[in-house]
Amino acid sequence: MSTLPTTGAAEGTREGPYLELPDRVSLYRFMALQRAVEERGLSLYKQGRVPGSYYDGRGQEATCVGATYALNAADTVCPLIRDMGAHLVRGTTPLAILAHYLGRAGGVGRGRDGNVHLGEASRGVVGMTSMLADMVVVAAGMALAFKLRGEPRCSLAFFGDGATSVGDWHEAVNFAAIERLPLILVLELNGYAYSTPSAAQFPVHPLARATAYGIHGEPVDGNDVEAVFEVTRQARERALAGEGPTLIAAKTMRMHGHGAHDDARYVPAELLAKWEARDPLARQRGRLVELGVDVAAIDAAVAEEVAAAAQAALAMPAPDAASATVGVYAASEPTPLGRGEAPWSGFCS
Amino acid sequence: MQLTYLEAISDGLRCALREDDRVFLLGEDIGVMGGAFKVTAGLLDEFGPERVIDTPISEEMIVGGAVGAAIVGMRPICEMQFADFVACGFDQIVNVAGKLHYRLELAAPIVIRLPCGGGVSGGPYHSANPEAWFLHAPGLKVVAPSTAEDAKGLLLAALADPNPVIFMEHKGLYRRVRGEVPEGPYETPFEARTVRDGDDLVVITYGAMVHAAAAAIEQLDGASVRLLDLRSLEPLDEEAILAAARECSKVVIVDEANYTCAIGAQVSALIAERAFEDLDGPIIRVATPDVPIPFAPELERAVLPSVERIRAAITELLAY
Ligand SMILES: Cc1ncc(C[n+]2csc(CCOP(=O)(O)OP(=O)(O)O)c2C)c(N)n1
Ligand SMILES: [Mg+2]
Repeated sequence: MSTLPTTGAAEGTREGPYLELPDRVSLYRFMALQRAVEERGLSLYKQGRVPGSYYDGRGQEATCVGATYALNAADTVCPLIRDMGAHLVRGTTPLAILAHYLGRAGGVGRGRDGNVHLGEASRGVVGMTSMLADMVVVAAGMALAFKLRGEPRCSLAFFGDGATSVGDWHEAVNFAAIERLPLILVLELNGYAYSTPSAAQFPVHPLARATAYGIHGEPVDGNDVEAVFEVTRQARERALAGEGPTLIAAKTMRMHGHGAHDDARYVPAELLAKWEARDPLARQRGRLVELGVDVAAIDAAVAEEVAAAAQAALAMPAPDAASATVGVYAASEPTPLGRGEAPWSGFCS
Repeated sequence: MQLTYLEAISDGLRCALREDDRVFLLGEDIGVMGGAFKVTAGLLDEFGPERVIDTPISEEMIVGGAVGAAIVGMRPICEMQFADFVACGFDQIVNVAGKLHYRLELAAPIVIRLPCGGGVSGGPYHSANPEAWFLHAPGLKVVAPSTAEDAKGLLLAALADPNPVIFMEHKGLYRRVRGEVPEGPYETPFEARTVRDGDDLVVITYGAMVHAAAAAIEQLDGASVRLLDLRSLEPLDEEAILAAARECSKVVIVDEANYTCAIGAQVSALIAERAFEDLDGPIIRVATPDVPIPFAPELERAVLPSVERIRAAITELLAY
């Protein structure tokens, strides 16, 4: 079990512990939901019902769920390829996600973008572009606005180890460091960028880069959802206190290929076996069982919810072909990003 | 008030910063230095470092940071030190800003100012007219003022627009062009403007070439030549272009940009598709050939469209 602080209020509203039993259950449930949604998406893909390509975050659920769970509703999030759990925590439904995979009109992307390229603006989530590290820059821009307006908010960007090789990442981190922006950077160290191992992306420890840029760096077991929650919660406190960005290096493992098309034969079997034994869902399940929680009932409810969502998604209509050329430009005064769900109790509103 | 083109842009920025506290500026050396061309001179003193932000040399960050701030309710204006350097911020413009509304129903109301254009021995990296890059990318608007009044009015209209707008400001016009500029805020529509009337032939152009074309027309004797200043390249004022082509029956199109796929090519295609029957001669295009802009004045003069080249094109077509 990770050691969780028992004292010290995040925003003066309450004393710890920060995670109470309902939170710990929620963390598990969101991870289980991500896995179930992604497994269902994968089977729909294999049945030929999902157009294009397919990606999931198998084995990495703890990082995106734990980090997003530590945010306030007014904070903003830029999830990446492996972070479907972030969308779920912010309130995007399994139905909206499955319909998105299928390219249906009622999916998040309304058929305009597919697979992991999604984000509900109304929930404070910015859908990723493919171009890696683009969103780190955008997240820094949002953090800049929060700082300029003196708002107690932060933005959080997820990215993979490969993405840190892109120039945009360095421009964003350097600028955020100079301006001490309320930005949380979550590095998903999953060992690979497509077929390229991390060692071929950078020759230094990733946290050495935090030091080099003059920002706080924090290693964490990316497969421990409560530990990820805790480092993110602390990063958020620092961000709101004007102490600038934190780079969280979450050690995890990509358990599937890069996408469904990739058999990942370049990944040694022993490595996968080692990480299989560190499955983030199993770890949290163990904790809950010890606390007397009926985890099987949660699993059953999740399975039922996702099965119903899949059925409903499949029944949804395709987008109207005439809509393909509509909406390239905004026609009216824009609605800024909205507030997401922030299920973490008491500390954040 | 009488202002230069440069002063009009500065005045537009000052107006925007005074009127709307969502507006802030991002760019390299725009603070104490007032920008490489002094467009932002004095703004740091008046508005402070939180609204006139000197950034590190990071064009992707300038553009993408503006996008991020815009989607949470700000109205950022970015300055590229020279238009050429926008290539370093290209991805954030075309892949993030331009596709945002279509994909996510999220608007990015940002303005990106590009000091562009040749004629100053800037060489291959300080002379570009890269507007066509952005015309081809969905979701962006592109405007290019030729006068002081339009420079301020188009800037304020760009800022009011809920979409990303590329603002092409021509370095050669900064101090050379001067004119009456209304005080306070006003917006110039993204529509073409008839600079002078005529019905024998129309010259269609924008930016600095409006002045070159006007000089060429002055040198003709007798012919009734119309001059249409596009002002906005995206949206393109198709009705004004087609009306001019139909009424004049002969069309010369001038781009300072490189020839291939310049906006002139689009204007030419539009007229060929929709006003072919009304033409009394071939469309003639005058543009910079597809070369980087060379440094030596003799070489630069050899490639940029000159008053003489434009006049020769008009004379040739009038005689057709
Ligand atoms: C700038 C850029 N170049 C190439 C790609 C193609 N691509 C998509 S994902 C990927 C690997 C990403 O690796 P990493 O950042 O480690 O994330 P992970 O997939 O491991 O979560 C590549 C090369 C891209 N999306 N963006
Ligand atoms: Mg990776």
